[in-house]
Amino acid sequence: MAGTVIPFGPQHPVLPEPLHLNLKIEDEIVISATPAFGYVHRGLEKLADIRDFRQMIQVVERVCGICSMIHALTYCQGLESLMGVEPPPRARFLRVIWSELHRLHSHLLWLGLFADAMGFESLFMQLWKVRERIMDMNEATAGNRVILSVNVIGGVRRDLDPGQTGWILSELAEVEKGIKAMGRTILHDYTVQKRTRGKGVLSREQALELGCVGPMLRSCGVAQDMRLLGYAAYGELDFAPVVERDGDCYARCRVRFAELGQSIDLIRQSIGKLPAGDISVPVKGRPEGEIVARAEQPRGECLYYIKANGGKFLDRLRIRTPTFANIPALTVMLPGIELADVPVVLLSIDPCVSCTER
Amino acid sequence: MTITADRIESGELCRAVAALKEQGCRFVTITCVRADSAGAELLYHFDRELSLSHLRLTVSGDEVPSICGIYASAFLVENEIQDQFGLRFIGLTPDYQRTLYLQGEDSAPPFRGPSGPDRGE
Amino acid sequence: MGMGLIDNLISTARRRSPWLLHFDCGSCNGCDIETLACLTPVYDVERFGVVNVGNPKHADILLVTGTVNLRNREVLAVLFEQIPEPKVVVAIGACGLSGGIFREAPNVVGGVDKVIPVDVYVPGCPARPEAIIDGVVLALEKFREKSKGKGEGK
Repeated sequence: MAGTVIPFGPQHPVLPEPLHLNLKIEDEIVISATPAFGYVHRGLEKLADIRDFRQMIQVVERVCGICSMIHALTYCQGLESLMGVEPPPRARFLRVIWSELHRLHSHLLWLGLFADAMGFESLFMQLWKVRERIMDMNEATAGNRVILSVNVIGGVRRDLDPGQTGWILSELAEVEKGIKAMGRTILHDYTVQKRTRGKGVLSREQALELGCVGPMLRSCGVAQDMRLLGYAAYGELDFAPVVERDGDCYARCRVRFAELGQSIDLIRQSIGKLPAGDISVPVKGRPEGEIVARAEQPRGECLYYIKANGGKFLDRLRIRTPTFANIPALTVMLPGIELADVPVVLLSIDPCVSCTER
Repeated sequence: MTITADRIESGELCRAVAALKEQGCRFVTITCVRADSAGAELLYHFDRELSLSHLRLTVSGDEVPSICGIYASAFLVENEIQDQFGLRFIGLTPDYQRTLYLQGEDSAPPFRGPSGPDRGE
Repeated sequence: MGMGLIDNLISTARRRSPWLLHFDCGSCNGCDIETLACLTPVYDVERFGVVNVGNPKHADILLVTGTVNLRNREVLAVLFEQIPEPKVVVAIGACGLSGGIFREAPNVVGGVDKVIPVDVYVPGCPARPEAIIDGVVLALEKFREKSKGKGEGK
């Protein structure tokens, strides 16, 4: 039987979001995969026409709820460099703390969903149990569990007092314990290895040519991490990108798992070095000119292009999210694998459809 | 502040992009800015070792050569620009025929025409 | 007489253990991850017999997050159609209620109630897990009323 087409999605149990794939299969083996989009498209870049550049912070936070803090951070950093504003040192360190809390919650969420895609439901539940501690930290420090709304142009909106930083450190110790306890299962369990090793392999050259970003690229042996640009306070912190060589689903899993530890370490470093002082500077005037701002989201490089004309409204706001860059890799990774492995390989790119379509 | 970008003509686009690929650049994305109702400006972004380089192409008509033959991953962003700005990329595969996000006959490209707060409803 | 007994049994069982179908209709993920968080150990709605299913034909309650756009409008209508009667729809989050912050965006139709009838509205951006659980509990009452109405109609 040649070429049966199986529609995958938009409503599918393993997908938390609607993404559609047309899978052409032959004897359970995928021959080609064509993605289809548009189920989450809103067109929010166009909202820049009717919301002014400050109101747009609230809009870009809602490009994606999972990495909302870093979306707002990228946007604010772009506008800050356009307007010549230097956020105070304390704000830069606080931004790192919230960014890394976001990365922690996003990676735990992904590891959970990935476990669920393999049919490993108890691991999913355990990971999400640990994740709730991060959500509590978000809520206690920013007032909301998911969309933090801490960034403003010129700094941050909220401060952390010593009691809060002490509490964050003790909570992080608990989170670390929880992660360690699950590390053995995630990294060494027979079932996990069987489902992920050698699946969806990308070589270093392929990954670069397909324009992959973030953990996808780092799992193929490329040490690329936008945090190395030194934005916020990353330039003053000590870290190195996590790199794996194999380029398969297991390597991606290892990269993200190791980044959990890295994020905890970065938060500890930032709390240790947290300077005293203001958390924001007053900003006057309006932006003018064009700029490209980049930051590292849990899923990889995020790029904002901002063009302003000195008025209240931006001329153009363009958002290139990490999943948008990682989706072309699917068309290379999916052909040749078994139909039953499609959910695992699909989830291994950490798809965020609301980011992709905006 | 503006981005320093090499200005190119649409005839030399593919050669310039291929040259960047030779140097080992990673294709990042394309940004489209509609200059006025008639033309558009395309910015091609490339990354190498964390530094960005840009190509700037001004389009007067509706047609642009596709760079899918050089960087296959460009298909997604080129389809998006086709959808949103009503441009046409020549040689684009796979071509979603302006149905990547939009429902075809239901909707006009939202970014077509002048931008600004008065555009509203 | 016998059929009535079985019908009663089934309707009691469905009421006591409602199965959910969650559809993300163009949400920013904020409400989705909160909906999923309801199913995990800290909030754990499974202890009330609530099960998240992927098949609309097994579901009693439809949870919808996010704005409706021109493309997912049809998917939403089809999913609603496929859920057997009686059924209850819960719209979650500011976007599901009215389109929220995106209501003026070019590809947005508006709230869920523009396409299918909504029984319970859960506000918030994003809605908190407690609010979502509360919405599901309210939906159960509606579900009870609807199944009663159906029984009397016969």
